[in-house]
Amino acid sequence: MLTDAEIRTFVDGATHYFEVAARQPAAVGSPYLATDGPPAVHEYTGVIGISGRRKGAVCFTAPRSMLMVLLMRMNETDTSEANMRDLIGEVANTISGNARRDFGRDFVISAPSVVAADDGRFVAPAAARPFVIPINWRSHSAKLIVCLE
Amino acid sequence: MNAVAPLKLMIVDDSNIIRRRIERSQQIDRLQVVGAAANGREALELFERTDPDVVTMDLTMPEMDGIECVERLVARKPAVLILVVSALADKATAVEAIARGANGFLCKPFTDRQLNDALTELLQGA
Repeated sequence: MLTDAEIRTFVDGATHYFEVAARQPAAVGSPYLATDGPPAVHEYTGVIGISGRRKGAVCFTAPRSMLMVLLMRMNETDTSEANMRDLIGEVANTISGNARRDFGRDFVISAPSVVAADDGRFVAPAAARPFVIPINWRSHSAKLIVCLE
Repeated sequence: MNAVAPLKLMIVDDSNIIRRRIERSQQIDRLQVVGAAANGREALELFERTDPDVVTMDLTMPEMDGIECVERLVARKPAVLILVVSALADKATAVEAIARGANGFLCKPFTDRQLNDALTELLQGA
């Protein structure tokens, strides 16, 4: 289970990402524990596996429309499917990697894997319950899902 | 008046977006991009072909991670200048990267200005 301070690390990480990479702040909502089954995901989900002292996953999930605008804000003209997948993985990777500032280097992160929302549900590691951090940016909604034992 | 030859820059990152971003945003006249690699193994091959003077290096990559790649590049060419560009924000990782031979560390996410400042600082040691 995550402590309040640990959740704050991810809230701050998401906030920082949009401020710097998108040069436009996002409204990060109040985190909540997913109690009604696994949280629904958007069209693209970047998943970072966590191992070491903590085990689980950190996921960033967003709709295509948001990723498209995010790419444009980065002056990226290639909005191909491959770059959408690349971006969703990179956001998840950056927020997870930044969390090591607080969690330390024993918070081992994997290279990102990207899943499309075929079944619309996030599969959480068995022993952990996912925290959902809502992110609203411009007119788009996304989620950071943190699931750590 | 003799023109100074540009230094050759190799970009290593598993994200195509980051590779393109670094290529696009580096405004330093002294640098010329000679290639980009998506992991440490590709980087070693590209290094042999292009003999870069400056490298930007991600750390979390498939095949071979950036720390190991830094060590191997420095073993091949001790004078190479390596700027690690990584999301891994803990101090121990930065210290290890420097200990293995990197010359600077820039944390993701970064602005164009932060990237250019980091490269400028790196080149001051060239």
